[in-house]
Amino acid sequence: MYIEMKHVNKNFGDYEAAKDVNFGVEQGKLVALLGPSGSGKTTILRMIAGLEQQDSGDVVIEGNVVNDVPAGERGIGFVFQNYALFRYMTVYENIAFGLRVQKKGKKEIHKRVMELVSLVGLEGLEKRYPDQLSGGQRQRVAFARAIAPNPQLLLLDEPFAAIDAKVRKELRSWLKQMIAKVGITSIFVTHDQEEAVEVADEIIIVNEGKLEQMGTPIEIYKKPKTSFVAQFIGTSSVIEDFCGFKGFEKVPRGSQAILRPEFVEAFKSDNEKFKSLIPAAEEGVIQKISFRGSYLELTLLVNGIQLTTNRSLERRPVEVGENMCVLVYRAYILEEDDAHIYKNQQLKGVDIESL
Amino acid sequence: MKKQKERKTIQQWLLIGISMLFFVVMLVFPLIEVLYRSLKEGFEIYINAITAQNTLSALRVTLIAAVVAVAVSTFFGLCASWLLTKFEFRGKQALSTLIDIPFSISPVIAGLAYIMTFGRMGWALPFVEWVNDLFGTDISLVFSVPGVVLATIFVTLPFVSRELIPVMQAQGTAEEEAAAMMGAKGFTIFRRVTFPHIRWGLLYGIILCAARAFGEFGAVYAVSKARGKTFTLPLEIDALYMAGSADSITQAFAVSSLLVLLAVVLLILKQLVEYRGKREQ
Amino acid sequence: MSTKRRKRRKRVLPGYGLTLGITVAMLSMFILIPLASVLVYSFGMSWAEFWELITRPNVVQAFATSIGCAFVAALVNCIFGLLLAWVLVRYEFPGKRLMDGMIELPFALPTAVAGITLSRMYSDQGVLGRFLENFGIQASYTRVGLTIALVFVGIPFVVRALQPVLTKLPDTFEEASTMLGAGRFYTFRRVLLPELMPALLTGFGLALARGIGEYGSVIYISGNSEKEGTQVVSYLIMQKLNSGSVDYEGAAAIALVLLLLSFLLLLFVNLVQIAAGKRTQQ
Repeated sequence: MYIEMKHVNKNFGDYEAAKDVNFGVEQGKLVALLGPSGSGKTTILRMIAGLEQQDSGDVVIEGNVVNDVPAGERGIGFVFQNYALFRYMTVYENIAFGLRVQKKGKKEIHKRVMELVSLVGLEGLEKRYPDQLSGGQRQRVAFARAIAPNPQLLLLDEPFAAIDAKVRKELRSWLKQMIAKVGITSIFVTHDQEEAVEVADEIIIVNEGKLEQMGTPIEIYKKPKTSFVAQFIGTSSVIEDFCGFKGFEKVPRGSQAILRPEFVEAFKSDNEKFKSLIPAAEEGVIQKISFRGSYLELTLLVNGIQLTTNRSLERRPVEVGENMCVLVYRAYILEEDDAHIYKNQQLKGVDIESL
Repeated sequence: MKKQKERKTIQQWLLIGISMLFFVVMLVFPLIEVLYRSLKEGFEIYINAITAQNTLSALRVTLIAAVVAVAVSTFFGLCASWLLTKFEFRGKQALSTLIDIPFSISPVIAGLAYIMTFGRMGWALPFVEWVNDLFGTDISLVFSVPGVVLATIFVTLPFVSRELIPVMQAQGTAEEEAAAMMGAKGFTIFRRVTFPHIRWGLLYGIILCAARAFGEFGAVYAVSKARGKTFTLPLEIDALYMAGSADSITQAFAVSSLLVLLAVVLLILKQLVEYRGKREQ
Repeated sequence: MSTKRRKRRKRVLPGYGLTLGITVAMLSMFILIPLASVLVYSFGMSWAEFWELITRPNVVQAFATSIGCAFVAALVNCIFGLLLAWVLVRYEFPGKRLMDGMIELPFALPTAVAGITLSRMYSDQGVLGRFLENFGIQASYTRVGLTIALVFVGIPFVVRALQPVLTKLPDTFEEASTMLGAGRFYTFRRVLLPELMPALLTGFGLALARGIGEYGSVIYISGNSEKEGTQVVSYLIMQKLNSGSVDYEGAAAIALVLLLLSFLLLLFVNLVQIAAGKRTQQ
C-alpha cells in the first residue's frame, strides 16, 4: 500500500465527517472518493493532505505515519476545488511557486515550468493571469502547479466542479491521460458517479463519514455490498415490498429491493426471441413513455408495482396502455444495511448474457 | 406609459435635489466657511498664523503622533485580521468585538483611562518610574508627547484591521492553503499570496487611520496641557479659538485650513485607492 | 505525540500563536488595561458615593442632553443617510463622485475644526444662523446646534453602512414586487426596508454611540451652559480633569456609566449583525 488511512475519525462539533475510515491505495492507482455532498469525502482528502487534522487514527504514506508532518512537507500535490490559483501571479509564476519555495535554481525552475506548460498544452499563455483563462485552462494550470515539485501523491478536490458540462467530458479523459503519463498515485473527490466510473481505476464510496465500499467501477456496479451503494450507483428505483414475482418466490415478504432499468426486460407477447421465456414473465401495462434522447424509458405497472426499463429506439414502437410481458432478471434485496444480489430462479440455466 | 416615465424622473430629481441640498448645507458649506474665515483678514495674517512658534510645535507633535499611531495600527491590523480571518477559534467573536471598542466609546474616556493608569494617581506610575530609574530616562506617559502618542494610538488602533478584515474574509483561505501545501512558510505566504489581495484595503485603512490621527481632539486634550510643547494642531486651534479675540479666531481658522487641506488630500487619496481597488476586482 | 503537539499542528496556515499573542497583547496594552483602570478606580468608591456622583442634577442633565440629542441626530441621519445612499447607488447625476467622496469628510475633518466652523456658521452672525433666525430658531448655544453638530458627525456611519447592502440588492427585487402589483411605497416599506433594516440599525447604533461620546465638534456650538442644559457628558468628564477642579472620582464614575452605554450599543450592533447573518444563511 502506498497510502493508508487507519481507523481515522474526525468530528466537527456534532457533525461526524469521518467514522473509523480504513483504506489503502496502491502505488500508481487513480482512485475516486465518491459520495453525496456532506458525506465527508472532502474531509478525508484534506486529512490525507494534512490540511485537516484527524481526531484519532493514522495517515500512513509509504509506511510512515505522517500525522505530525505538516501539509507542506508531506510531498503531496493538491488541486483545490475552484483551483485556488494565485490571482496575482501569472501562469508561469503559479507553476513555479512550489519550485521557488524549494529554492531551486532559476534555470532548473524555468526548464521544469516550460516542460509542464507544454505537457498541459498551455504554450504561449505563460504570462496570462488566472482571470484571463477559461475554466479548462485554469484546471490545467492547477494540475501543472500541483505536480511541478514532483510530488509522490496527487490529490484533487472536485476537479471538474468548476467547469461547464460541455468541456467536462473532454477534460476527464485529458486528466486520466495526464495522470497515466506522469504515473503519479492520485485520489480525487467527486459527487458525480459517471465521472468516478469513467476516470478512476478504483472507487471508494463514502456516506455519512463511513466508507461503504471500495472496488473497481465494475465491482461496485455489479456487486454493491451495502444498501447505500446499491441505491447510489446507477439509476435505481427502490421497491418497498418486493414479493410475488415469478422467480423471486423465496424472497421474504416485505423485503425492500432495488431494481435498475437493465434488470428489467419488457417485450411484446409475439416476440420470437423471448418466446421461450414467456412462462417466466409477468404481465404488465405501460403507464408512461419518456423519450431520453437515445432510448425510451418505460414505466410499467406490474402486480401493482411500478418498474422502469429502457427500450432501444431500434425496437418496435410501443404505446401507453399496451400490455407487455415483463421479465425481471435480478434484483438487489436489502437486508438492514447490506445488499445481496438475487437472481431470477426461473431463469436458471438460461444464458441471459446472450439476450 | 410615457407619462409614468416622466413622473419617475421628476421623483428621481426630487430625491437627488434633496440629497444635494443636505449634502451642500451639511458638508460643503463648512468647508467653504473654514477657508473663507481663514483668509478673511488677508494673506499676511494667514501666513503669520501658520508659521507661529506654537503652530509649528503643534504640527511637529501632530506628525509624530500620527506617524507612530499609523505604524502601530498597521502592525496591529495585519496581525489581528490574519488571526480573525484565517483561523477558527473559541472567543473569536468576542475578540473582534473588543477590537472595535475605540469606535464606540468617547475619546475623552481614552484620555481619562490613560491618566488613571499612568497619571499622578495611576496604579502603573510606579512601574513607569521604575523603568525611568533603570534607564536614567525621564519619560512621562501623561501630559507629555508620549502621552499624546498613546492617546492617539487608543483611538486609531482598529482602523486598519477594520478595513482588512472584510477584504481577507472575502478572499478566503484557499490560496494560502495551496501555498502551504507546496511548503511555503508564513512570511512567504503573506508576502507573495495574501499581500497582493489586501494592498488597496491596507492603504485605505492607513489613510483613514491617518485622517483620524491628525484630527484627534478629545483623547489628546485630556492628556496634553502644555501649549507649545505637547499641543497638537487641533489643541492649538482650540487654544486660539478660545482666546476669543477676532484676530485669534481668524488664526484658529488659518491653522484649521491646514488640517482641512490635509483632510481633503486624504479624501482624494482614499477615493483614488478605492477606485483602483475596485477596478482590480 | 503529546496532545499539546497535536493541538498546535491543527492549523495548516502558520502564525496562529504569533498573531493571537500580538493581537491580545496590543489590545490589552493600549485599550483593555487603560479601560480597566477606570473600572478599578470606580470600584474604589462605595455604591452610595458612586450613586451620589452620578445622580447629581448636572450629571443627569448631561446624560439626558447627550443621549437625547444623539438619538435625534441619529434618527435624522437614518432618514437622510438612506436618501443619500439610495441616490448614490441608484442614480447617475453630475457631481455624484464628488458627493460620494465627500460623505466621509466628517471622518477626515478634525472634530475641533468642525466644531469651531459649525459654531461660527450657526452663530447669529453666521450664514446659516441668520437664515434660521428668520424662523425664530436659535441654533448656536442651544440643543438645536448641538444636534446639528451630531448630524454632521454621524452621517457617514449611516451612509457607509447602507451603501454596500443597497449595491448588492438587485433591481429585480423591486421589479418583482412591482410586477406583483405592489405600489411604490408599499414596495419600499415591505420589500426594501426589511432588507435594509440590519444595515440601517447598524448605522443608527454607530452614529448614536459616536454622538453620545462626542466631544470636539459639539463643545463650541453648545455653549456648555449648565443652566441651558447644553452640557454634554464628555464635557463634564473633561471639566473634572481640568486643573483647578480636578475630580478624578467624579470623572471615573461618569465615564463608567458612559462606558456601559457604549458597550450596550456595541452589543446591540453586534447582535443586529449576527441576526442578519443568520437570516441570510437560512
